[in-house]
Amino acid sequence: MKMTMTRRVVLAAAAATLAFGGAAQADDHQMLEQLHFIVPGGAGGGWDGAARGTGEALTESGLVGSASFENMSGGGGGVAIAHMIENAESLDNTLMVNSTPIVIRSLTGVFPQSFRDLTLVAGTTGDYAAIVVPADSPIEDMDGLLAAYAEQGMDFAVGGGSVPGGMDHLVVAMVMRAAGEDPTAVNYIAYDAGGEAMAGLLSGEIDALSTGFSEAIALADQGEVRILGVTAPERVPAYDTAPTFVEQGIDTTFINWRGFFAPPGTSDEKTAQYIAALEALYETEAWEEVRARNGWVNIWNPGEDFRTFLEAQEQEIGDLMRQLGFL
Amino acid sequence: MLEGIMIGLTAAFSLQNLLMVVAGCLIGTFIGMLPGLGPMSIIAIMIPVAITLGDPAAALILLAGVYYGAIFGGSTSSILLNAPGVAGTVATSFDGYPMAQKGQAGKALTIAAVASFAGGTIGAILLMVFAPALSTVALLFHSAEYFALMVVGLSAIAAFAGTGQVAKALMMTMLGLMLATVGEGALFSMPRFTLGLMDLQSGISFITLAMAMFALPEAMFLVLNPARGTNGEGGSNKITGLRFSRAEGRAMMPVIGRQSVQGFFIGVLPGAGATIASFLGYAVERNLASPEEQKEFGKGSVKGLAAPETANNAACTGSFVPLLTLGIPGSGTTAILLGALIALNVTPGPRLMTDTPEIFWAVIISMFIGNLVLLILNLPLIPYIAKILTIPREYLIPFILFFTLMGAYIGQNNATELLILVGLGVVATILRFADYPLAPLLIGFILGTMLEDNFSRSMQLYQGVGFVLERPMTLALLVMALLLVLLPSYRARRARKRAEGVADGD
Repeated sequence: MKMTMTRRVVLAAAAATLAFGGAAQADDHQMLEQLHFIVPGGAGGGWDGAARGTGEALTESGLVGSASFENMSGGGGGVAIAHMIENAESLDNTLMVNSTPIVIRSLTGVFPQSFRDLTLVAGTTGDYAAIVVPADSPIEDMDGLLAAYAEQGMDFAVGGGSVPGGMDHLVVAMVMRAAGEDPTAVNYIAYDAGGEAMAGLLSGEIDALSTGFSEAIALADQGEVRILGVTAPERVPAYDTAPTFVEQGIDTTFINWRGFFAPPGTSDEKTAQYIAALEALYETEAWEEVRARNGWVNIWNPGEDFRTFLEAQEQEIGDLMRQLGFL
Repeated sequence: MLEGIMIGLTAAFSLQNLLMVVAGCLIGTFIGMLPGLGPMSIIAIMIPVAITLGDPAAALILLAGVYYGAIFGGSTSSILLNAPGVAGTVATSFDGYPMAQKGQAGKALTIAAVASFAGGTIGAILLMVFAPALSTVALLFHSAEYFALMVVGLSAIAAFAGTGQVAKALMMTMLGLMLATVGEGALFSMPRFTLGLMDLQSGISFITLAMAMFALPEAMFLVLNPARGTNGEGGSNKITGLRFSRAEGRAMMPVIGRQSVQGFFIGVLPGAGATIASFLGYAVERNLASPEEQKEFGKGSVKGLAAPETANNAACTGSFVPLLTLGIPGSGTTAILLGALIALNVTPGPRLMTDTPEIFWAVIISMFIGNLVLLILNLPLIPYIAKILTIPREYLIPFILFFTLMGAYIGQNNATELLILVGLGVVATILRFADYPLAPLLIGFILGTMLEDNFSRSMQLYQGVGFVLERPMTLALLVMALLLVLLPSYRARRARKRAEGVADGD
């Protein structure tokens, strides 16, 4: 008796999930009947949120009839990329979400493929990076940080939620290089996840933390950290008390983008449809709600622009990683 | 605080929020019973539902209900099928499953429910009274102390080994530590021991290993040794006694008292969590138990079941301290909760209590209601749940196999997991026939990653092993670990000497 109940609950839950994915009326401005999202990581991660948020807004606004999602973790995203390439012909209406790590991980050889093996659709959202210190730290700005670093050397620890050579580390290295320091000399402490790194900062284990700007804003709002610099070209309107690195004489910018890819060999016509649907999405209220809720910054890099952007980022990150000795 | 509690009471007892507690607990327990679906995936599924509610307090109450409901329900598959679906309930299977084997499944489930209830409720009291003050405790531990805590956990492994099996247990621990090094560690951007396989890049998944070590060999054992299933040890077709005796209740009381407090404080530390709390709880209680009681551990001890069940629920509640007061998620599950909160425009942190006291207090008050709901919900169902074991073995085995394979597949959506699962399962079955304990392997695996990460972080921060001497708390924990290793053998030797002495005297 018990088991039938359990099964019923599971079915109900599954039905509820489906209903949420497909709760859309067939509006007259529908551009695609259905869309399937492949998420290269597990449920609840950043990629998962990006895919589900975008899918939700697409169906809610009626641009897409229904959206479904598939989590395919493994190999730092490599399993999903391989799946996209191997099954390219049978994957109709399928998009994979990815972000800056696809560039970093194909450089380090985590997986043999790169973004070039896929059809580029568009970069849709982004998040800047930031360096923060605890709110009670004597360090007030980047000059203060550089002075403290000059004084303490290896004892000055900067942490982040990614592996050495990962995104958070690269941001630290970029900033230090632009400030005229040796990027390889910084004592970067890696944590398993952003939350742990945050605990490390507040407990005084590390002196500064490299993190995403949206996470930094949340903590600065609570009066827990001070943002020393943002990797945006100019101050971000959503939080304009945070200074940029550029205005402090450290000429560096960086954006962690998120975007969508189609299987290789997708026709130009189909790709144009995807791009048109995503572009139309920007104008909708449904998107604005999802975007604001997640603290995403709109960036729009469709098709060939996306390729140019990715190639430039690959070049820049590649150079930096070679200098750091990771390549 | 009193004012806050009043606000919380009014908010928590609104019809909507009461419904949320009940709904969250229901969904959490039932889905949590399925191996492979831990609180993390259930919460991830529930987030869109919670967000459409719009009201942050209601959403958090719902998700919190799902969270501790899942921990509550997670013990069921550990006890009945030896298939722990979450790391936090692995220790539950050490004594829960043997108890079910003896035909006391109902009793085991009742003990688990009562212990969970007590752990959750006492945890909620501690959370209510100490949450603001505890935010500093959460930041007390640096990587060095986490490393030392993991050493304490490992040194307690003797507790998980049967008598005279210490050498075998240590070998299995080493094997577990070795398996933990597979994949790209958090601190090194190099894949290790992946045999060039992309599927091993992110390491062996916990669920896969747990299923391979516990559930699969169990099913294989039943197939290969059918005698046991029909009459051998297995009086398990009859479910006797759903209740525990008064004496057992008395034995459990101090265990529950100690473990709710210990579990809660371990839960407060971001980066330790329910798993460590349940293992340490088990180990501590075994060490505190009298020699006769110690022999019971691993064979269906009431104390051995109550300890991890209390500790993991208390730790679960404790993990809300860093989440709510600092905005720091201490685990994957609380990280997802944090994401949901931010999505609802609530930023947890030191100001949450002052800015939006109604959310803070409503959630805490709802935890009391939730725990009560879980108890009321679960106790009457226990006879029916326990009946699963009356299913004849030939039907039960495919059922276990199905849930095992599904559990390993569902989290990753990756068919290679199934091959890894079966491969490891065959090895585990052989080891089990050779009478090697498999729990130490799993513990080594779980603690291994954290041990290594925290050790190398400390090495990097102090540029050497100096941190052992520079940080008094690290040193204290390491000394404690040493005592945990030496004490049992000292006790054993003294007992042997005394026995010899008596013999001489005769």
